[in-house]
Amino acid sequence: MMPGRCPPLVVALLLGAMAVPAQAATIQITIDNLVFAPAEVAAKVGDTIEWINKDVLVHTATARNGDFDVITPPKKTVTSVLTKAGAIEYYCRYHPNMKAVLTIAP
Amino acid sequence: MFIRLSAAVAALSLLSSAAVAQGTKPTDPQIAHIAYTAGVIDINAAKQAISKASNKDVKAFAEDMVRDHEAVNKQALDLVKKLNVTPEDNDTSKTLSRQATEKLAELDKLKGADYDKAYVANEVAYHKAVNGALETQLIPSASNAELKSLLQTGLKIFQGHQQHAEQVAAKLK
Repeated sequence: MMPGRCPPLVVALLLGAMAVPAQAATIQITIDNLVFAPAEVAAKVGDTIEWINKDVLVHTATARNGDFDVITPPKKTVTSVLTKAGAIEYYCRYHPNMKAVLTIAP
Repeated sequence: MFIRLSAAVAALSLLSSAAVAQGTKPTDPQIAHIAYTAGVIDINAAKQAISKASNKDVKAFAEDMVRDHEAVNKQALDLVKKLNVTPEDNDTSKTLSRQATEKLAELDKLKGADYDKAYVANEVAYHKAVNGALETQLIPSASNAELKSLLQTGLKIFQGHQQHAEQVAAKLK
């Protein structure tokens, strides 16, 4: 559509692709007995969260600000990559008494 | 609608006063039966809502109730099997079931938004009553540690359901 604008974007993406694998971490958050553990996690944009659901119930990890909404089926592990920075409060849509915080650095 | 206390709620309130009056507490086989029955009642109410509800949040909530209560009741059945306990029918379970049947018939007469509101309001009240009975009566009376632990997990799940129902109810207003 706008060919003139493409090359810088491609360069940026390539740089991004090179930079991310060097720093990105995988962080595990366990859901057990309706509790997210650890309840407070510090991460960075580009990190992967492994959501390990040990319960027999479906849960969600839903950001209050709408940044993410991960569905975790019973006894399954689901991964998601953090794309936006912020101090995010999240909860389970099905059991809103389940709450935790994910602080994502840029 | 809101003035009339749900019959099932009344039965659960009676549970504590009746037990206190007699100075007895329910046995583990009775507790297992009451907890399982309370789950079945909510599943039946949810199945009615899945076919009758017009609001999509209400329908989705009902689907959540069927899924969660079936999962919890399956765990309860697995546990009683493992412990070799036979759930024992009792007056509380009987009263709960009878009054839940009456409530279903009452809800069945309603339609559209009236039905949606009445179902969700009853879900809030019903979960509140079940949670009260779990906290004050069933959990303290349970002697088996695994049964007690399952009831405690159940309490957390149903507290979640109560909050979820309150959110759905707030959106209907």
